[in-house]
Amino acid sequence: MIRFLVFRFSQAALTIFGVVSLVFFLQRLTGDPVALLLPETATEDDIKVMREVMGLDQPVWSQYANFLFDTFKLDFGFSFVRNAPVSEIITSRIPETLELAIGALAFSMVCGFPLGLIMAFTARRQVSKWLMAFVLACQSLPTFWSGIVMILVFGVWLQWLPTSGTGSLSHLIMPSISLGLLSLATYARMTRTAVLEELEKDYIRSARARGVRGARLVRKHLLRNSLVPIVSISAIEVSQLLAGAVVVETVFAWPGLGLLTMQSIAARDFAVVQIIVLLGSFITVSANLISDLLYSIIDPRIRL
Amino acid sequence: MEYLKEATFILRREIAQFWPYLFLVIFIVMAILSPWISPFDPDRQHLLARLKAPGFEVNGGVFWLGSDELGRDVLSRVIYGARISVFVAFLSVIFSGVAGTALGMLAGHHRGWFEQILMRLVDVFLSIPAILLAILLVAILGPGIVNVILVLSLSRWPRYARVAHAQTLSLANREFVVISNAMGATTLHVLRTHIFPNIFNQILVIATLEFGLMVLFEAGLSFLGLGVQPPAASWGSMLSTGRNYVSTAWWISTFPGVGLFILVLSANTIGERVGGLPKYGGTES
Repeated sequence: MIRFLVFRFSQAALTIFGVVSLVFFLQRLTGDPVALLLPETATEDDIKVMREVMGLDQPVWSQYANFLFDTFKLDFGFSFVRNAPVSEIITSRIPETLELAIGALAFSMVCGFPLGLIMAFTARRQVSKWLMAFVLACQSLPTFWSGIVMILVFGVWLQWLPTSGTGSLSHLIMPSISLGLLSLATYARMTRTAVLEELEKDYIRSARARGVRGARLVRKHLLRNSLVPIVSISAIEVSQLLAGAVVVETVFAWPGLGLLTMQSIAARDFAVVQIIVLLGSFITVSANLISDLLYSIIDPRIRL
Repeated sequence: MEYLKEATFILRREIAQFWPYLFLVIFIVMAILSPWISPFDPDRQHLLARLKAPGFEVNGGVFWLGSDELGRDVLSRVIYGARISVFVAFLSVIFSGVAGTALGMLAGHHRGWFEQILMRLVDVFLSIPAILLAILLVAILGPGIVNVILVLSLSRWPRYARVAHAQTLSLANREFVVISNAMGATTLHVLRTHIFPNIFNQILVIATLEFGLMVLFEAGLSFLGLGVQPPAASWGSMLSTGRNYVSTAWWISTFPGVGLFILVLSANTIGERVGGLPKYGGTES
C-alpha cells in the first residue's frame, strides 16, 4: 500500500513537473511578449525596463528555474494586461465555475444513474436500445449547439429561462444541462455496464430466488457493489467538466474560468492562460489519483 | 402480404444497421463534391436578401435553408462546412494516428530510456484537458485551417501512442515476435509485419471514435474564433455568428448544428459498433 502510494504520488508529481515545463517552453515559442504589452509609442528604454521587470533579460535556463520555483511556491506571476496578480484574477473566477460544475455534475448524476439502471434491467428489450441511442445522442451533441438550441427554445420562444449571465438558480439550469449532457452519457453507460455485471452474479440470483425484487434489490444488494467504478469515474468527470466549461461559459456568458480563458487569449494575456492550463492539468492529475484511492476505499477487496 | 411484411422487416433492420454508414458517405460525398452541388457560391453576398427565412426566392435560385446576416446562402455554407469538417478531422486523425502508433510501437519494442521519456511525455500530454491544450496551442501558433490540423494532431497523438505501446508490449513475448527478433530482423520489419497487423484493429476503433471527436474539436475551436477563419464556411463559426441572431433567424445556427450532430453521431455509432465486435477486442456480438 505505502509503496503504491509513493509510486503514484511521485508519478503524479513528475507529470505536473512535465506540464509546467511544457507550458513554459510553449510560451517561449510565442515570441517577445513585451512588444504586445507596450503601446507602439514605447521607446527603446521603455522596452528595456519592461524586459527587466519581467525577467526576460536573463538567460532562458534561469527564467525556467525561476518559473519552476515560483510555481512551486504558488506564486503565479503578474498579469500586465489586467494589472493584477494572476492568482487574484483566477481565484475571483473559481466560485462561478465551481457552481457550474456542481450543477452539471448534479444534473448528470441525477439523470445518468436511473437511466443506466433502467438500461441494465431492460437489457434484452427494445426500450434499452432506444435509451442507448439517446445516450449516444447526448454524447454526440456539441455543447455549444445544445446550448444555442436551449437558448432558442427556453429563452427566446418560451421565455422560461434567462439566456445568459449569472445570479439566480434559473440562470444555472441551461448551462448545467448543456455541460452535463456528456457526463450524463458517461454515467448512464458506466452504470449500465456495472449493474449488468453484478446482475449475473450468484448473490443476486439467490436474492431474486428469495423473492427480493425492484427497489429493494437495487438498494440493499446491487447499489453498493456496483458503485466502485461509478464513483471512481466521478473524480475524472469533474476534471472533464472544468475543461468543457470553456465552451459552455462562452455560450452563456457565464463569468467563470472558461470565459476568462477566452478573454485572456483575445487580450493575449498568456500569464493568465498558462496558469489556467496548469490548473486544469493539476485537477486532472489529482482526479486520477483520487479515483485510484477511492477504488480501494469503497471496495476493500481491491488491494493497492 | 406476407412477403411485404418480411420485406419491410428486413428493410427496417438493414436501415438500423447501416444508417451511420449512409450518413457518413453522404457527408463525404458532400465534402468532395461541394463546388458542384451547392446552389450558390458560399461567400457570395446578397445584401438585399439578408436574414431571409428558408425557402426565400432570390434572383437566380432559392435559399432552401435561408440566408445569413450577409445574405449568404446557408445551404451552400453548410455543404462547404462539411468539406472543412471532414477534411480537418480526416487529416488530423491520419497524422495523429500515424505518429502516435509509430511512436507507441517503437516505445513498446525498444524498451529503455526512449520508452520512459516517451511514455512520460504521453502522461503529460494526456493530463492537460484536451480542449485547453488545443486552445493553448492555437493561441501560440495562431488560428487558420493548417494550424488547426497541426494543433489537433499534436494534441491527440498520445492516445494512439498509449494503446499502441500497451498492445506492442503484450505481443513482445509471443513466439513470432521473439523468433523474428532472434533471427536478426530489423525493427522496421518486426513492427511492420508482426506487430502492426496485430494491433491495427484496436487503432482503427480509436481512430473512428477520434474522428467524431476531431469534428467536434474543429467546430469548437472555430466557434471560439480560434479555428478556421471567416469568411471560410465552418460549422463552428456559423454557429458562433448564428448565436447572435438566434432570436430573429434561428436557421443560421440550427442547420450547421444538425449537420455537426449527425456527422458526430454517425462516427460515434460506427466506433461503438466496431469496438463492440469480438474481433476488435469487444464482447458484444
